[in-house]
Amino acid sequence: MFGKLTLDAIPYHEPIIVITLAVVGLVGLFVAASVTKMGKWGYLWREWLTSVDHKRLGIMYIILALVMLIRGFADAVMMRTQLAVATGGSEGYLPPEHYDQIFTAHGVIMIIFMAMPMMIGLMNIVLPLQIGARDVAFPFLNNLSFWLSVGGAVLINLSLGVGEFAKTGWVAYPPLSGLSYSPGVGVDYYIWALQISGLGTLLTGVNFLVTVFKMRAPGMKLMDMPIFTWTCTWANILIVASFPILTAVLGMLTLDRYLDFHFFTNEGGGNAMMYINLFWAWGHPEVYILILPAFGIFSEVISTFTGKRLFGYKSMVWASGAISILGFIVWLHHFFTMGSSANVNAFFGVATMIISIPTGVKLFNWLFTIYRGRLRFAVPVLWTLGFMVTFTIGGMTGVLLAVPGADFVLHNSLFLIAHFHNTIIGGAVFGYLAGIAFWFPKATGFHMNERLGKAAFWFWQIGFYVAFMPLYVLGFMGMTRRLNHTDNPLWEPWLYLAAFGAGLILIGVVCQLVQLFVSIRDREQNKAEGDPWNGHTLEWSTTSPPPFYNFASTPIVEGIDAYTTAKEKGYAGWRPEKFAPIHMPRNTSAGILMAGFLTVMGFALIWHIWWLAGASFVATIVTLLVRAYDNDVDYYVQPDEIERIEGSAAGAKVAEQV
Amino acid sequence: MKDRASSLVRGGILLLLTVVMAGCKDGVLDPKGQVAADVKSLIITATLLMLIVVIPVIVLTLVFAWKYRASNTKATYTPKWAHSTKIELVVWLVPCLIIIVLGTLTWRSTHELDPYQPLKGVAGEEDPLTVEVVSLDWKWLFIYPEQHIATVNKLVIPAHRQVAFKITSDSVMNSFFIPQLGSQIYSMAGMETKLHLIADEPGTYDGFSANYSGGGFTGMNFKTDALASEADFDAWVEQVRAGSEPLNQARYEQLAERSINHPVETFSDVEPGLFTTILQQYMTMPSEGEEGMHGMEMHEEASMHGQESADADKQHLAQE
Repeated sequence: MFGKLTLDAIPYHEPIIVITLAVVGLVGLFVAASVTKMGKWGYLWREWLTSVDHKRLGIMYIILALVMLIRGFADAVMMRTQLAVATGGSEGYLPPEHYDQIFTAHGVIMIIFMAMPMMIGLMNIVLPLQIGARDVAFPFLNNLSFWLSVGGAVLINLSLGVGEFAKTGWVAYPPLSGLSYSPGVGVDYYIWALQISGLGTLLTGVNFLVTVFKMRAPGMKLMDMPIFTWTCTWANILIVASFPILTAVLGMLTLDRYLDFHFFTNEGGGNAMMYINLFWAWGHPEVYILILPAFGIFSEVISTFTGKRLFGYKSMVWASGAISILGFIVWLHHFFTMGSSANVNAFFGVATMIISIPTGVKLFNWLFTIYRGRLRFAVPVLWTLGFMVTFTIGGMTGVLLAVPGADFVLHNSLFLIAHFHNTIIGGAVFGYLAGIAFWFPKATGFHMNERLGKAAFWFWQIGFYVAFMPLYVLGFMGMTRRLNHTDNPLWEPWLYLAAFGAGLILIGVVCQLVQLFVSIRDREQNKAEGDPWNGHTLEWSTTSPPPFYNFASTPIVEGIDAYTTAKEKGYAGWRPEKFAPIHMPRNTSAGILMAGFLTVMGFALIWHIWWLAGASFVATIVTLLVRAYDNDVDYYVQPDEIERIEGSAAGAKVAEQV
Repeated sequence: MKDRASSLVRGGILLLLTVVMAGCKDGVLDPKGQVAADVKSLIITATLLMLIVVIPVIVLTLVFAWKYRASNTKATYTPKWAHSTKIELVVWLVPCLIIIVLGTLTWRSTHELDPYQPLKGVAGEEDPLTVEVVSLDWKWLFIYPEQHIATVNKLVIPAHRQVAFKITSDSVMNSFFIPQLGSQIYSMAGMETKLHLIADEPGTYDGFSANYSGGGFTGMNFKTDALASEADFDAWVEQVRAGSEPLNQARYEQLAERSINHPVETFSDVEPGLFTTILQQYMTMPSEGEEGMHGMEMHEEASMHGQESADADKQHLAQE
């Protein structure tokens, strides 16, 4: 009846897990009780959970990312404290059984369930506004994508309390991840969490590509698109091209584990090297999917806060394109040590280095955007400057790892760990945090607390150096990754220092949570105008927060930086005599239902509860069909309704100018 | 802000110095063999080359950010200036030039440091010591085919003589790595990878698996004793032959069972062809000929690879 699932699957003998679950349960109860007390369940369901509004979905993506950041960061703190404690003969407090799940979960959560939702959330909020669209091309699909991401996140977190998570590292290389060496449900949780959320990501990629190609405001040519929209577009091209590879490779691993296939097993002619190649054929483009939108954010921030046009817009677009294409032909640098011939290794090494050329060009272009500008040191700018310094170091260590000879001694060492945290934190995460600080007033209508934002930045920035520079040193000293405990007195001080650095970052994260709380509490005093930063692009031309239809009338676009042009030519804030009706999509519960059924299916497949898997799959298809035959999916906002909404907004605008 | 900037730069330089100093004890920046020494100089050269761009970028970021701060109204302000062909040319060309130099260095060093190639111009060039390495859950088995002995979790080699490692796995993937001697290479079931190293100084060096392989991974390490002379090595071999039990298939299977923090063991008489048996058990599938062939292909690929790199090396010598 319940497949492999028994009461033994609940780890009630593990105090750390029980306490964690208790805290999560209490927080959940508190939230549920608060919503009930305020009588907001109906509002939440109608206005948010079933919403197809890209801005609301974007905000929910970012909430998901922040929750997962806390989970992934808790894992990080446990790892660093374990390694600081488990020295000189001590085994620490996390035995391999537990520790190995933690580092696997940390990697998966931070990349798939923290960085990706944060990136996609920002793209959701900003991209349609930047191109002057009312929503994305397929609003229902967008809602479904979000809930599929949530479904994956639910599964991976469920593994904490029901069963176990993979003990394979986030790459889940076979044969270790095969049935012979990982007979438990951990790898199955990994597979289905990634498959379900990966489907969501793929649909997002398709959705936003169509949006960009089909829904730009009239007059906006491709080479007029804001740079953030461009970098997201390159990232979406990478998503569409690379996520099917992940789906396929995980599908093959599933066949190995469920139906006794031999794609990657030691026996039966399987070949694990094929998995490793395919995994990185997705995995390498994936890091560019994370970093390119961040590059776009830095470009927007720098050009806005220097009060200048972006230097070398065309260079930036083509540099991003070059990075995207090259990002596809370098995957082998993740395993130079697998025994490829020198010619193959050298080819992939040099190809990798070539990526640093367009990346370097971007850095120079940001520099020359600052040059002869008037730089205001707002919070987004701090993150950007921190990025420019930090990422340059990460880029350098990356190129060093791209030299196969050097990689032969640095591969899998803590040097590598330091490198990719250097680029992912110092690049992608700093970018998203800059983006959140930049667009928060646009999305919510009020400003974030500046002082706490700056404090958070400095703790993150200094904490980053204290936490990760020691890892470079430890890598040179020969410490490899994923060790459970160490026994080398020379390493100890560096391990302590790294743990201290993680503590500093923790303070940074706490600052951000407090900042969020304080900002929401004081929202009435910190109201944001439509254009609080004197922005260049169309998202600043509408109110903060924008009305659900984004623009009352179709924006006018002339060249790059459409809103700056409008302000210069004096037609910013222009409104027609009479508004035309606006065509809008209706909210739908199909997305949350379908994703919910698919998540149940994933859970059933993990535990081999075949009847439930079948039933929930059928339920998904039925929901899809019901939605497909529903003809009442859109409506028109009538001119008098627009007039009423805009009237109050325009009144606010006039008041500002006075 | 200026103070902050300069203290950041100073901090960075200090940090870099500390890194270099600390890395000099043990680890990959304290090489005890030719391969490791070559890699170290490669790392230093590549880093210096990159600093040509990295330092200006970091310094310019801080200088520009300070100079063009909003409160400095004396600085030039050109809000419309967004293009300069000259600057664009420079920012594309400078990184290109550095990558051309670094790319050339990479191409050459990758061929020179190809772990499959025997080392040139060192003792034992003609007559390397062969060691067959098998990664097991979770320990290392070292078979000395010429001496017919074997050890577990302890590698003994003569210094000043090239060692040719043939590496495979009878479990999941691991990576065979002795940082102070140089490169690492994966061990994979059903496949043989190769590695050539030499110890230029006698001493004891840490070795371990550099690829996570499951619950007992942390304990999967071993000491490498590089003995001062061939005579010492021969004496050690005699000692192992005299005082250990033999290693036959049955004993091997017992050894291959999972164990954590496995103690050092020695074996006096190793069944001939044990390594080949371990290697080929995953290659030949009795029932399905086609899949067996697939395994053979892998093996041929591995040996072809050796040939290919030997050819490449000849070309390389010819160029010089």
